[in-house]
Amino acid sequence: MTATKTLLAAFAAAGLLAACSSDPEPAASTAGAGAGSNTVRPGSQEDLVANVGDRVFFDTDENRVRADQRPVLVRQAAWLAQYPQNQIMVEGHADERGTREYNLALGQRRSNSARDILVASGVAGSRIQTISYGKDRPDALGSNEESWARNRRAVTVIR
Amino acid sequence: MTLPNMNRRSLLTGGAAAMIAPGIWTTPLPAAAQTGSPPTIVDITRARTEPIPIAIPDMAGTGGDGARLGQQIARVITNNLRSSGLFRPVDRAAFIQTPEAAAATPRFADWRAVNAAALVTGRVDGSGDRLRVEFRLWDILPEQQALGTAYNATSSNWRQIAHIISDDIYKRMLGESGYFNTRIAYIAETGPRDRRVRRLAIMDQDGENNRFLTDGQYQALTPRFHPDATRIAFMSYARNEPRVYLFNLESGRQEVLGNFGGMTLSPRFSPDGRSVVLSAIRGGDANIYLVDLASRRERQLTSAAGLDVSPCFSPDGSQIVFNSDRGGDQQLYVMDAGGGGARRLSFGNGRYATPVWSPRGDLIAFTRIARGQFAIGVMRPDGSGERILSEGWGMEGPTFAPNGRVLMFYRESAARDARGSGYSARLSSIDIAGFNERQIVTSTDATDPSWSPLIS
Repeated sequence: MTATKTLLAAFAAAGLLAACSSDPEPAASTAGAGAGSNTVRPGSQEDLVANVGDRVFFDTDENRVRADQRPVLVRQAAWLAQYPQNQIMVEGHADERGTREYNLALGQRRSNSARDILVASGVAGSRIQTISYGKDRPDALGSNEESWARNRRAVTVIR
Repeated sequence: MTLPNMNRRSLLTGGAAAMIAPGIWTTPLPAAAQTGSPPTIVDITRARTEPIPIAIPDMAGTGGDGARLGQQIARVITNNLRSSGLFRPVDRAAFIQTPEAAAATPRFADWRAVNAAALVTGRVDGSGDRLRVEFRLWDILPEQQALGTAYNATSSNWRQIAHIISDDIYKRMLGESGYFNTRIAYIAETGPRDRRVRRLAIMDQDGENNRFLTDGQYQALTPRFHPDATRIAFMSYARNEPRVYLFNLESGRQEVLGNFGGMTLSPRFSPDGRSVVLSAIRGGDANIYLVDLASRRERQLTSAAGLDVSPCFSPDGSQIVFNSDRGGDQQLYVMDAGGGGARRLSFGNGRYATPVWSPRGDLIAFTRIARGQFAIGVMRPDGSGERILSEGWGMEGPTFAPNGRVLMFYRESAARDARGSGYSARLSSIDIAGFNERQIVTSTDATDPSWSPLIS
């Protein structure tokens, strides 16, 4: 009985989502910048997302930070220098087109790569922790190249 | 190395009563038509055989609960044997002789007339919370009893008795051990994929008796049974530190296996149950370590650059198969259990992962990723004879039934849109000959199955 109720609730929620998405979808980043430009607290996660960029992306099955992504980490390091009280977690992720265990290891390597660049750019290693979620915490939920590219990422999160 | 927990079952052939599982006692029944030991009826060493037609009428019942339990036990046996793909239960509607009469004396002509090659009869006496189940297996053509056993147990164990009887029938008819009195540990998944809740769960092999072992507060992944089936090694994200944990099924307690100063993953017990082989990440590389359970001392087994994950022992404990990207992309390698001497096993088209050694020692099952498709396959331990059993958009994580005859894995379907609708993850089983794939019914999405040894 409980299972049935839960299912019904899930369907109801799904219906609600479907209704919402027929409105022009406000992209999370746009909403953040628009509403946030005068409310974002300097040194906060929102500040990092809106003004620096909280993530870098990787090529398929690659753990090296791409040359075009490196500047994001260099900017993060400069930003972190402004807020020395901030401790961070670098989360490594993979797309869904690999096996779970391998992707956990790959995600860890990606977070380590991002950390290494942050450290090389002057962030004290003691401020940085790393964690991998492999393919198990995607950002984009589609099963296509566009979603996979968004999910191959290392995200810097203020702890 | 033989399968664990098999020895006690041989007591079935002894004369005296014997305890074959906690709370379940057995005594051999004298054969109604004793004619020595008939040969095994069917040879399934061939890749695929016609399923054996078998008649399984409801067991005759006496006592308060006897009739109801007699019916339920017969239904569980029917479902088990059918699910193997090696038996074809005869339609009950065709039965001529009544279950009560058959339980007394089978009229073989009546069972030949419905084309049954074998017949299962039984009586269930269910008075109070005690249960006595007498079961007989009959070989129809020679008109003789092939098996006869009585089980005494508490009523709540009726389902386990049905599984034990199913294994008795399987073994007697096919000449190899069954896998019905087993459990599956797996990860129960709920919620949207970007906020997925993943709980450690356990159920009977047929999907019944489901229990959640963790509450979902921390993500749990990749459970693996200890060879005595009382413990599970798994990965937990407790305290935001993904590590290998041990879960004790008897006490319900869990503990971290050790402090490796970094992520540990992909645990598996050694066949003797005394250690865990796993992957640990220190610096940039993932390497394979062996952890002794008593001393918690660790020993590093690989040190090549790259990601070495998903190690699994051979059943004799002498070798370890794993996957590594040391050569560029993910492939299977095998090495001595002490480390060293690694050589590549997989040379087919694509990436190879999640190798598991059959308890029979004759095959290694794996996941293959090629041309955008995932597949489950098997190969011999020397890398030859590769066969793909199932292929699709997403599937991985094979685990062998204790007799090495059936694999379980999980199958995923692709999301249809950017909200992820249409995605699902479900458990499937398949015969190692590549037929009889079927979905295991679970109340939630399910991944990472681990098949227990036979429960004793």
